Amino acid sequence: MGGIIKSSIARKVAMALSGLFLVFFLLQHFSINLTSVFSKDAFNATSHFMGTNPLVQFVLQPVLIFGVVFHFIMGFILEIQNRKARSIKYAQYNGGANASWMSRNMIISGIVVLAFLGLHFYDFWIPEINTKFIQGDMSGMHNGELRYFTELQHKFVSPVRTLLYVISFAFLALHLLHGFASSFQSVGVNNKYSGGIQKFAKAFAIVIPAGFIFVAIFHHLNH
Amino acid sequence: MKLLLKIWRQKNAANKGQMVDYPIDGIEEDMSFLEMLDVLNEGLINKGEEPVVFDHDCREGICGMCSLQINGEPHGPDRKVTTCQLHMRMFNDGDTITIEPFRANAFPVVKDLMVDRSAFDRIQHAGGYVSVNTSGNTIDANATPINKGDADDAFNAAACIGCGACVAACKNASAMLFTSAKVSQYALLPQGQVEATERVQAMVAQMDAEGFGNCTNTGACEIECPKGISLENIARMNREYLSATIIG
Repeated sequence: MGGIIKSSIARKVAMALSGLFLVFFLLQHFSINLTSVFSKDAFNATSHFMGTNPLVQFVLQPVLIFGVVFHFIMGFILEIQNRKARSIKYAQYNGGANASWMSRNMIISGIVVLAFLGLHFYDFWIPEINTKFIQGDMSGMHNGELRYFTELQHKFVSPVRTLLYVISFAFLALHLLHGFASSFQSVGVNNKYSGGIQKFAKAFAIVIPAGFIFVAIFHHLNH
Repeated sequence: MKLLLKIWRQKNAANKGQMVDYPIDGIEEDMSFLEMLDVLNEGLINKGEEPVVFDHDCREGICGMCSLQINGEPHGPDRKVTTCQLHMRMFNDGDTITIEPFRANAFPVVKDLMVDRSAFDRIQHAGGYVSVNTSGNTIDANATPINKGDADDAFNAAACIGCGACVAACKNASAMLFTSAKVSQYALLPQGQVEATERVQAMVAQMDAEGFGNCTNTGACEIECPKGISLENIARMNREYLSATIIG
């Protein structure tokens, strides 16, 4: 992929655009998660729609998977290329003097988020694919009602899993604190509106992951 | 002041190199960092040892020759200064000071603390100029009205002295701040806009070919730049590059 996108600026823009796409997805995912706090029926209905709508399943979902895979593969390629650009390291490197921890450690926060995605796929995506496309049950029903809310609650019974979710979203916040704001710079936006954009991006980076954490803890305490 | 200097010594480009300790005494806080190294070298020469090689020229912060990674930061702990403008008052008596060459594969070590920064020259040669017809009909640059804001931004970009602190500070050894300053100083002016498309593509291609890393917007370059070159220049170069690639 590093060979296909030959220019460093093209790689940077591709990273920013895939990141912005994932930020948009995150907002959409959070909106649905949030309904589970207010209404079991609304969450069930939305989940059933998202899980069975052909446009979502066969167009948006493959695009999303491509976006995720592209973002993390490109992230690893950039990390390898960047490490190679300085093969002899400094004996003393005071990185904290001129750049934030978040900006210097996107690979660490990214790997934690990627590991979380593995857990998330194991928890939700693989069982969904199994139920719908291997067992062929597209009804979304279990024991006479839509099953999504019950499955969600069941996942957050375990304090270990809830803690893993909390930690993962804390790292997602760290990732977004640099990534979201920085994607605007990558696509060339640095003007009189940048101060406002940076504030919005940083607020988003804290509020949305905090919201995911809230939903996880809410269901852990109310199962 | 009494100090312990830990200095990178390397005989030549092929040699492996190592950090060597040099205790030094009698340093005054009014000395510049380079004057402190001059004192060290006088002592080494008097003892019949090889002096430490380091780049320097104007010693007034405008030539961009003095480099040095000092205690993990290019040009040391002070802001908006080159190493020749860094004074020993920034350090305390008894301090240990680590002095290394700017590290990047695109800046190979020549000897000790001196690195070859000709990669920057090659980026500049790739497009950092304006082709002017000198047939006798050349229009006086001052006869072309230019928006004050653009003129100021172009001047600020042109303040880049090509010292390489941006590359040295960047965790990725990226040369985007340097290249973007050179792209911006022309892109903002009508004289430079004629060749803008070819310039940004050629300079970015040369920057990549030199083996510099990718920019990840950490902002370390802007903080460490002795001339305060802004990250706005990188955003401008990204825009220029996208427009040159997509629109042509």
